[in-house]
Amino acid sequence: MTKNQSNKADAVRYNDLVVRFANVNGSGSASANGMFAKALFRMGVPVATRNIFPSNIQGLPTWFEVRVSEQGYLGRREGVDIMVAMNAETFAEDVASVSPGGYFVYDSTKPLDPKLRRSDINEVGIPLASLMMTEFSDLKQRGLFKNVTYLGALAELINIEFDVITGMVASAYKGKDALIAPNIRALEIGRNYARDYLTAPLPLQVRRSDAVGDRIMIDGNTAAGLGSVYGGATVCAWYPITPSTSVAEGYEKYANQLRMDKTTGEKNFAFVQAEDELSAIGIVIGAAWNGARAFTATSGPGISLMTEFLGLAYFAEIPAVIWDIQRSGPSTGMPTRTQQSDLLAAAYASHGDTKHPVLLPSTPKECFDFAADALDLADRLQTPILVLSDLELGMNDNLSDPFEWDDSRRYDRGKVLDAAALDATERFGRYLDVDGDGIGYRTYPGTHPEKGAFFTRGTSRDEYAAYTESPEVYEENMRRLELKWRTIAKAVPAPEVVNRDQRIGVLYFGTTALPMTEALDRLRVEGIELDEIRLRAFPFNQTVVDFIDKHDFVFVIEQNRDAQMKTLLMAECGFDAKKLVSVLYYGGLSISADTIQEQISDHFTAQKLPRLTGVQS
Amino acid sequence: MTFVAKPRVHHPRLPVNEIGLTRRDYEGSVSTLCAGCGHDSVSAAIVQATSELSIPPHRFAKVSGIGCSSKTPSYFLNKSHGFNSVHGRMPSVMTGANLANRDLHCIGVSGDGDSASIGLGQFSHIVRRRINMLYIVDNNGTYGLTKGQFSATNDKGSTSKKGVPNLYEPIDLVTMALQLGASFVARSFSGDKKQLIPLIQAGLKHKGMAFIDVISPCVAFNNHSGSTKSYEYIRENSGSAMAADYVANAQEITADYEPGTKEDVNMPDGSVLRLSKLDASYDPHDRVGALSYVMRQQEKGDVVTGLLYVDPEASDCHEIMNTCATPLNALNEAELCPGSDALAAINQSMR
Repeated sequence: MTKNQSNKADAVRYNDLVVRFANVNGSGSASANGMFAKALFRMGVPVATRNIFPSNIQGLPTWFEVRVSEQGYLGRREGVDIMVAMNAETFAEDVASVSPGGYFVYDSTKPLDPKLRRSDINEVGIPLASLMMTEFSDLKQRGLFKNVTYLGALAELINIEFDVITGMVASAYKGKDALIAPNIRALEIGRNYARDYLTAPLPLQVRRSDAVGDRIMIDGNTAAGLGSVYGGATVCAWYPITPSTSVAEGYEKYANQLRMDKTTGEKNFAFVQAEDELSAIGIVIGAAWNGARAFTATSGPGISLMTEFLGLAYFAEIPAVIWDIQRSGPSTGMPTRTQQSDLLAAAYASHGDTKHPVLLPSTPKECFDFAADALDLADRLQTPILVLSDLELGMNDNLSDPFEWDDSRRYDRGKVLDAAALDATERFGRYLDVDGDGIGYRTYPGTHPEKGAFFTRGTSRDEYAAYTESPEVYEENMRRLELKWRTIAKAVPAPEVVNRDQRIGVLYFGTTALPMTEALDRLRVEGIELDEIRLRAFPFNQTVVDFIDKHDFVFVIEQNRDAQMKTLLMAECGFDAKKLVSVLYYGGLSISADTIQEQISDHFTAQKLPRLTGVQS
Repeated sequence: MTFVAKPRVHHPRLPVNEIGLTRRDYEGSVSTLCAGCGHDSVSAAIVQATSELSIPPHRFAKVSGIGCSSKTPSYFLNKSHGFNSVHGRMPSVMTGANLANRDLHCIGVSGDGDSASIGLGQFSHIVRRRINMLYIVDNNGTYGLTKGQFSATNDKGSTSKKGVPNLYEPIDLVTMALQLGASFVARSFSGDKKQLIPLIQAGLKHKGMAFIDVISPCVAFNNHSGSTKSYEYIRENSGSAMAADYVANAQEITADYEPGTKEDVNMPDGSVLRLSKLDASYDPHDRVGALSYVMRQQEKGDVVTGLLYVDPEASDCHEIMNTCATPLNALNEAELCPGSDALAAINQSMR
């Protein structure tokens, strides 16, 4: 679109758009794209970011999507309003993904292939390469500053406050002052070009808002790492695996900052990059057995490797916290895409009769909270706690309520006898159910010269930890573990219910919560109103059972092929399959509001279910 | 089968150690291994070694993997906590346990199946990490609990009980440990208490990981004429390169050695490790020399025993990581939680 083309006098749409950047991995675009999102955030406009990236360091295509929504819709929606197409290899697919009426921003140094042209979208050509050629002599600089230049042009096109961006450049390169001036120059080149040669601003614009409120912008993995520091984790053992790596790295960063003696450099934590996931979980279990708060972070393939140890920890009743940042399936394929497909693998991990509590965070704030809560729960319940996040939540910057910490909070170390308590105990029995909740008392190694020592093994032991293979003793122990499971159901985070007195409900968990508000708002317009329950943990408590019982049926929304949550609900609560209607998405992007809306609406149509106000065309 | 406790009565004149405890205070429950099993001799050596060191018995942590060897932590040090963990994974569990409380004395017991096959990766990496522990492998060259399959340490050509020869090259954990950078490497024989006890004591006093490969014959499956890990074979074919004697700091050193063949190594707590060379050319501080000596003797079919390599200046993982002096499991909110003010600043940095 050139200056001469008319704008058709469209009404300007504010703070409601999807911008997608198409780049080449490793080309330095990430920081410019991140600045774009952060600038809108600093203008008070709610944004959500999504990296769609390959398992690659340099060369393959990568996309960065920014959802801008005054209403605070932070989930994904289909359609791209502005495509910033900087990767010639993906031009065809990028042109195709622009919504009708949308904008295609490209480097017009070379003319666009006429075959790629679409009459229903607007082309915005900026001769980036030639602008860089005249301004910067260094080849590498030309490549890097190209990214900053399109950012400057975008600022003019959609009306981002220029001061906000230049302020960010200044703080980003604090201490490397020589970089500030050329970056600002590059921004100005882009802005000036858009001002002089393009019709700017477009009818899609942003404007200052107070919709962000006091929220912060952070990814879930960093939040989990920080929460683990606050929760008192002293041992982190892990093995690198996308998309979980930044949990451990987040922990290390904040632990170095907050848990290291400034003068001696002494650390009150141990951070071990293990040789594999088998070792990572072994270290966590050894540390927790010896009374340290310990955790690991991994993804699906790592969970598979950890399952033998998880079985031992279940039977030997050793605390452990395991973060599973879920991705799509096995070793190769789509390790950099998101899914909720480890649910059954986590809940029933390992051999023998085992079940594990699973926490299901939806927001960075919940990642922070659950990190500390999981350490308390593991100690209190003496069992491994798995926290299931996913790539969508873990690796993307999300809006989040600010983190909070109550300074009067004390760590719940669970039932641990110290030397004085052992002195007051007539006969210590590690697996004796003294309190009737299925949870015995433990001792740490080295506590008392005469009392409290015991030998930890799998199942072949009695209440006093003495070796036995007696069938009666084994069954009695397994019944106690069942009783403990019921204690666990009362201790894990309760679900959140929104009751609108409807006959049909919707159940979801984790990152499916992100597009839910938008999906339900859209369905309401179609005459479909639903009650909601957001699960925050497994095992399910009575609220979950009651919610499903009282509705005609409940939509169960999940991001996997096999309806794993539905399976779990049927297996654990005995629900009939007809009572739970699946809404599934498993393509590796995060589930969109459109998908949810469409599948629920289609079900209403197919089953001829009544709508409240009739279907609007 | 049930747990069998040993009777608590003992001879009134049983000698006591420096902290007033007898050998009985360091014992475990009755072994359920086969009569004559080499592993029981190793357990007995641990009992004697630890009681002589006068360390309170509850200040040990015992971790094992799976197998006959890994059952043995039940048979010594009943007053300390023990953990019979997962097959081949003792090193990782011990790593965690040591990280949680650096003040405990850590004893890891493993076997040749546990360490040289399923756990070879963990064995290698705990050497790298230098966990402050004593790592004992009860090495019998066979899988006893599953009835006599060859293990990876079984020598090529050595036969099974039924006379079938092993076709594959053995893995030698001693040369591996030397090559991977271990700071204390020894080999011994379960039937040689005189050699094994001081090695265990020195290993427990060594800072970092002390590795002892103990040839420990399996009387049920690998103690026949075709085996290279039988009592008979080891007695005939083992030669000691370096005898070690552990001398506690309180003891007066009276032994008299030939000049030029002895060396006193100072241990971190002031005690002394006295080495005496049986082969005049052997240097226990020369890693490459040790590797080459052990391998040359192996070529001749000889099993070299004794302390093969020691670095008295070695560091352990806590020094490498610079962890605080207080055990991590003894820290609480005051030391661990940065508090709400620090969190407010972090929130601010995310805006």
